[in-house]
Amino acid sequence: MILTRRSALATAAAAVSIQPIRPVRAQAPTIKIGVLNDQSGPYTNTSGIASVICTKQALEDFGAATRGLNVEVISADHQNKPDLAVSITRQWFDRDGVDVLLDVPTSSVALAVQSVAREKNKVYLNVGAASSALTGAQCSPNLIHWCYDTYMLSKSTGGAMVKAGGDSWFFLTADYAFGKQLQDDTSILVKAAGGKVLGSAPYPFPGTSDFSSFLVQAQSSGAKVLGLCNAGADTVNSIKQAHEFGVNSSMKIAALLMFITDVHALGLDTAGGLNLTESFYWDLNDRTRAFTKRVLPKTPKNYPNMIHAGCYSATLHYLKTVADMGAAEAKKDGVATINRMKAMPVQDDCFGTSKIREDGRNMVTAYLFEVKSPNESKGPWDYYKLKVTTPGDEAYRPLAQGHCPLVKA
Amino acid sequence: MITIFGIPGPLLFGQLLLGLINGAFYAMLSLGLAVIFGMLNIINFAHGALFMMGAFVSWMLLNYLGIGYFPALILSPLLVGIFGIILEKTVISRLYKLDHLYGLLLTFGLSLVIEGLFRNAYGSSGMPYRIPNILQGATNLGFMYMPNYRGWVVVAALVVCISTWAIIEKTSLGATLRAATENAPLVQAFGVDVPRLITLTYGGGIALAAFAGVLAAPIYSVNPNMGTNFINTVFAVVVIGGMGSIMGSILTGFGLGVIEGLTKVFYPQASATVVFLVMVIVLLVRPRGLFGKAA
Repeated sequence: MILTRRSALATAAAAVSIQPIRPVRAQAPTIKIGVLNDQSGPYTNTSGIASVICTKQALEDFGAATRGLNVEVISADHQNKPDLAVSITRQWFDRDGVDVLLDVPTSSVALAVQSVAREKNKVYLNVGAASSALTGAQCSPNLIHWCYDTYMLSKSTGGAMVKAGGDSWFFLTADYAFGKQLQDDTSILVKAAGGKVLGSAPYPFPGTSDFSSFLVQAQSSGAKVLGLCNAGADTVNSIKQAHEFGVNSSMKIAALLMFITDVHALGLDTAGGLNLTESFYWDLNDRTRAFTKRVLPKTPKNYPNMIHAGCYSATLHYLKTVADMGAAEAKKDGVATINRMKAMPVQDDCFGTSKIREDGRNMVTAYLFEVKSPNESKGPWDYYKLKVTTPGDEAYRPLAQGHCPLVKA
Repeated sequence: MITIFGIPGPLLFGQLLLGLINGAFYAMLSLGLAVIFGMLNIINFAHGALFMMGAFVSWMLLNYLGIGYFPALILSPLLVGIFGIILEKTVISRLYKLDHLYGLLLTFGLSLVIEGLFRNAYGSSGMPYRIPNILQGATNLGFMYMPNYRGWVVVAALVVCISTWAIIEKTSLGATLRAATENAPLVQAFGVDVPRLITLTYGGGIALAAFAGVLAAPIYSVNPNMGTNFINTVFAVVVIGGMGSIMGSILTGFGLGVIEGLTKVFYPQASATVVFLVMVIVLLVRPRGLFGKAA
């Protein structure tokens, strides 16, 4: 088409005339929830789109629309890059009017956006990241850390290993905030129980897919337990390769952070017999099964794990708080909203009842599971049997040991 | 026990061997890249995605059609190679007359699209793929426990690398190929169908990537990101070896695998960076790479 001045003018005029006429009316303020997580990298299945789906499920179950609350959910991929996450978060808060920052897996990213949420006085509900520093030395009055952390993982999974006689450890560690924190938390626990840490191999994250040489180092260290301080696809690869090199016959493998999605990727042949800790399992009780039945049609290939359930639970609790204090009030002051959330007991299908501590720790129950062998598994995603239940009060780091500046001594 | 720089000897030998195994993957992937660059002058950024496709196709063959590992070793490269030929015919062939940069951008875009499609369909956690029964288990070498499958990978990679080198350097087909790279119009004047030759070369290079993908499937989880983890290192290998040099990329692939393996013992944190450090040094000293021909 040849663009003449006349046709250009005509097109412009047409474009102007078809602009919709917006009705002028007084609007109830819209609450905006921004789900920020990994949607293309190693943590896509552990958080990703399924987190967004579960967040929207909370809107539906709460009946936000019928209660006159305008709630909008947006999401973005932070690609596990702290710098990118900070710029998305700033844009969300400054330009897009986001009120709640949700999920944010990858501890380095989670810690980086912590200060932005605080500076802008917004609500930050971290579900996906593991580092216990979020409610420790780097805690914030704008944050609640929802359903697990490195301390709880090391106490539950690591503690069970030590009890079973695993008193010497070698760590395979993703070399960033999360891996280091998990290694530190577990080392303290092992040493407190009279055990020894014989060595560690911190490998570059992300981008390492071959663990063979670290596994051989672990084997030659003579340690009894191989502690995996990594997550997602890295955990899957390291366990797979540990089997290949026969590490599983000379050492016990402690997968300190592992999700049901990882078990699915490994297959029960390899994963059977492993111990792991999650605070949610779809087949735990009637309420978790009911929740799973509701979300599963929207995410059929990715059963919900504790992060997905956490996004649901956090959103639901936030909406209850907003309904309680009013949307306009909630939008105005992030700290006030968080304080109100801390004051109310948490209650939902996924985690039952829990309370939120003053440092921002939500004290949900931790479950130690054993992965079923192929013979024990009766149907799709029938993977776990429950071994030990640790109530919320005992599962997390005692308040005094966290050194969170918010907590008055 | 002997110790070398404070590291027990057996551990060090083990690491050297593991380095060679990783090097085998680098060698196979960089070989395909070198062939494609040498003959087509295309910097094929889609190589990682096609490597991943190779692994996925073998997984699909097993799970949808019940076709096992060894037939997949032939079938998967064949299918992915045909896919490569279609790509070359439909899109890549339009860029030969333009600057290298356009080819790089196009193939980079293609790799994002391919990976995105697989991620959408299969998620990112990956799919399990079992080691074939005959290669299960491990052999105790005295200084380390060597999985039989990894041994097989080194042998298979060596055979493939050397035969590719021999085809290009020692046969009349290879001679025609090399001549076509030097002066396409003249070779065409002798009655050789140069465009078809180029298409088949691209297909062949892609088939090499897919072959490496099938070999990798039982070791790494079959997931859409498996190529991305490799591709940057592999490009560094090609640059160090000298763009387009066949033997250069094979030797550099194995060599860098070993250097990386040793770094994992002495300072694991640097194991992802060491290859690029070598690249910087090589480029400073020999800008055309270790085996590159002088301009």
